[in-house]
Amino acid sequence: MTKLDRRTAAVHPVDHIAHSHRLRWPEALPWLLIAATYLLFPSYLALGSQVLIMVLFALSLDLVLGYAGIVTLGHAAFFGLGAYTAGLLAAHGWSEPISALFAAAVVAGAFGAASGAIILRTSGLTLLMLTLAVVSLLAEAANKADSITGGADGLQGIVINPLLGRFDFDLYGRTAYLYCAAVLLVMWYVVRRLVHSPFGRSLTGIRENRLRMHAIGAPVRRRLVTAYAIGAAVAGVAGALQAQTTQFVALNVISFHLSAAVLIILIFGGAGRLYGAFVGAPIYMVAQDMLSRLDPVYWFFWVGLLLVLVVLFARGGILGCVDGVRRRWP
Amino acid sequence: MTSPALETRRLSKSFGALVVTNEVDFKLERGARHALIGPNGAGKTTFINLITGRIPHSAGCVLLDGEDVSALPQEARVKRGLGRTFQINTLFPDLSVLENVVMAVSERQGRGGDLFRPAGSRRDIIDEAYDLLERLRLADDALRPVRTIAYGRQRLVEIAIALGLKPKVLLLDEPAAGVPSAETALILDVMAELPAEMAVLIIEHDMDLVFRFARRITVLVQGAVLTEGSPAEILADPRVREVYLGERRHD
Amino acid sequence: MSQFLPALVSILFHGLAYAMVLYLAAVGLSVTMGLMGFANLAHGVFAMAGGYLTITLMAALGVGFLPALAVAILAVAAASVVLERTLYARLYTASEIDQVLFTIGLVYMATAAATFFWGPSPQHLALPAALQGDIPLVGRQFPTYRAFVIVMGFATALGLWAGIERTRFGAMIRAAVDNRAMARSVGIDTDRLFSLTFALGGGLAALGGGIGAEILSIHPAYAIEHLVYFLIVVAVGGMGSIRGPFFAALLLGIGDTACKYLFPEIGAVFIYIALFILLLWRPAGLFGRA
Repeated sequence: MTKLDRRTAAVHPVDHIAHSHRLRWPEALPWLLIAATYLLFPSYLALGSQVLIMVLFALSLDLVLGYAGIVTLGHAAFFGLGAYTAGLLAAHGWSEPISALFAAAVVAGAFGAASGAIILRTSGLTLLMLTLAVVSLLAEAANKADSITGGADGLQGIVINPLLGRFDFDLYGRTAYLYCAAVLLVMWYVVRRLVHSPFGRSLTGIRENRLRMHAIGAPVRRRLVTAYAIGAAVAGVAGALQAQTTQFVALNVISFHLSAAVLIILIFGGAGRLYGAFVGAPIYMVAQDMLSRLDPVYWFFWVGLLLVLVVLFARGGILGCVDGVRRRWP
Repeated sequence: MTSPALETRRLSKSFGALVVTNEVDFKLERGARHALIGPNGAGKTTFINLITGRIPHSAGCVLLDGEDVSALPQEARVKRGLGRTFQINTLFPDLSVLENVVMAVSERQGRGGDLFRPAGSRRDIIDEAYDLLERLRLADDALRPVRTIAYGRQRLVEIAIALGLKPKVLLLDEPAAGVPSAETALILDVMAELPAEMAVLIIEHDMDLVFRFARRITVLVQGAVLTEGSPAEILADPRVREVYLGERRHD
Repeated sequence: MSQFLPALVSILFHGLAYAMVLYLAAVGLSVTMGLMGFANLAHGVFAMAGGYLTITLMAALGVGFLPALAVAILAVAAASVVLERTLYARLYTASEIDQVLFTIGLVYMATAAATFFWGPSPQHLALPAALQGDIPLVGRQFPTYRAFVIVMGFATALGLWAGIERTRFGAMIRAAVDNRAMARSVGIDTDRLFSLTFALGGGLAALGGGIGAEILSIHPAYAIEHLVYFLIVVAVGGMGSIRGPFFAALLLGIGDTACKYLFPEIGAVFIYIALFILLLWRPAGLFGRA
């Protein structure tokens, strides 16, 4: 008997399942690290905020891809919608940040529901193409509507009020970092509740065997569209955070590259595990920060090579490998 | 007069010029133990797929409890008490045996779409699923991922998932397919213990199993009903023998 | 009215040329997708490589346009066989997400390599004298080069059709697209078939990239920038179809040209909306099987 079997054998199977949603101590690790970063690296908080935003963005993709199994190249569409929603609100006098997050979530979520209802009728390469087409459509629209979005020059003139009316967004990015961390904490809690809910379990069911989910009477497409819309809303919040903390929205928030980057982050970290985003984003962002300063061309090369190697040799990402090692040496 | 649990009227399916189900009139009475047999390619699985709505039919209709469900999607038919198993294991391979069954019970209770309440907090659902595992002698494997248990036991999980739906009509598509003959007894035991009021239709190649289980048999050949009768009648029917002997020769 | 007809002819002509480049670049993807079920997002790299090779052979070694094109096609076809045997073949049974990530990885590496060797700016195809200038057609002047592209596109499409319908190799491809297990059981060497098909698809893409270099300019982001259009051609045409991508490319090429000409402000948006409507109506594409 391995250690794992012995531990679980003592617990009745019903209890084992009934307790599966309880918090475990390793789940506190990311939050300890986020707090430690704030205390130990005060001069890197701007990058830190970017990392937290990417964690949130990748977390939203985990729901869509990792749990529901929807392979998408278009997740940046929702990040971009959130960013432009928050950015445009702030540029036109709505400077209160938290209500703007809600607005961004609603806009991105509604667009996710509408586009999801259409594109999730298809599957495979066609679905892949349509997710990409949605990004291209929005990118084109944002580019052409330059009187509203600022086009290639980016959206400027974003003014953000102090958080809760008290905390100014300071030059060192302390408020921004804590703001991002707090929003991430709330969103993580929401997503965690979701994946442990019957709805979340049914998403896993759809990913594992769609045919069987139909045969047990689950409304498969409705579940997928719901997951897609929620993922879109969370991605919209991430985009809004980006607009608010950098006070700028560039056209590249809606791009294939950003969609691919968040996909890579999630896969590097480990998809369908809730914490892949927390592992992948810091590594990717810090590596990008260091390597692309040398030469962005090389950065693409190394990311590409790493992707190929991960797919060939390390499916399951970093967390998957950790699991594998733990299973072998308990 | 009560209507049959399941009925098809002139149910047909064609792919282009190829007719795979040809005006099948079929009745499954309440509490029936009915077998559908026929040579390979007779369209048995297609017939089941038409009943469940997995593939759209071309003509005719399907009635559950006397009500026409032909226009309803798969999930709505399941909600009306239609459960099935698959000829090829159609399970959630990385989930535990218990979770596989919890999924079905949870959907039956209409809880599958709950967004925020933890699945684990529905103890009644998990208990019910576990009871089912005990009935099917699967409790020892409750926490093991389905893909790691023996094939014969995976076939039992197929049945357990379908039973988790508490169906009024259960369609078993070759429940013993691929199971070593030493283990088919276990599957037969489970089938013998199915609730008496449940109407059961089984597709099976193992004639031994068919004759031990079924009280009524329908023979399907080239998408059409050849004959229907009691096991004794079917055994005595020269046409059936011809179809089967013809088939044997090809084997 | 006097404005209308010339505009229409011009849209048709330029749209056709554009469509032929899209068709050549994407048709191989349709076949490999239908045959192997492989979501090869790196297919555009073959077209890009064809473009770079053609241009470089002409500029650096002074090879003529057609010989350079031929060498590029052969080289890319050979390289794609090597890639197929060493890398792609390992992933035929992998999940869709693995295939997607793997091929995005290849695209990124190719993009970086192209930037390293040729720099970030687009490469110019020095057309031979015969293809420069205009030819008169029904009382108007048309660029000879584009007319050449159209003729080449149609000729290749016809050749492919004939090849797929008439030859033994074509019959094997059709059989394997229909039912891979069946094809294997009747003795078709599917591994070899996959390699050959992959080479054919790569070579066709190289042809598209090479002769289309003045329509879809050759630069490092080529494979990413045009990816969505290649995928549209395949998805709208219907996976595994030979005819489908041709008509899909015609629709997309002419439609896109028309929209951008007639409504320059919202043209590109228009084509995507049309795409959504089309696929709502026929999710499996024009010639795909549901």
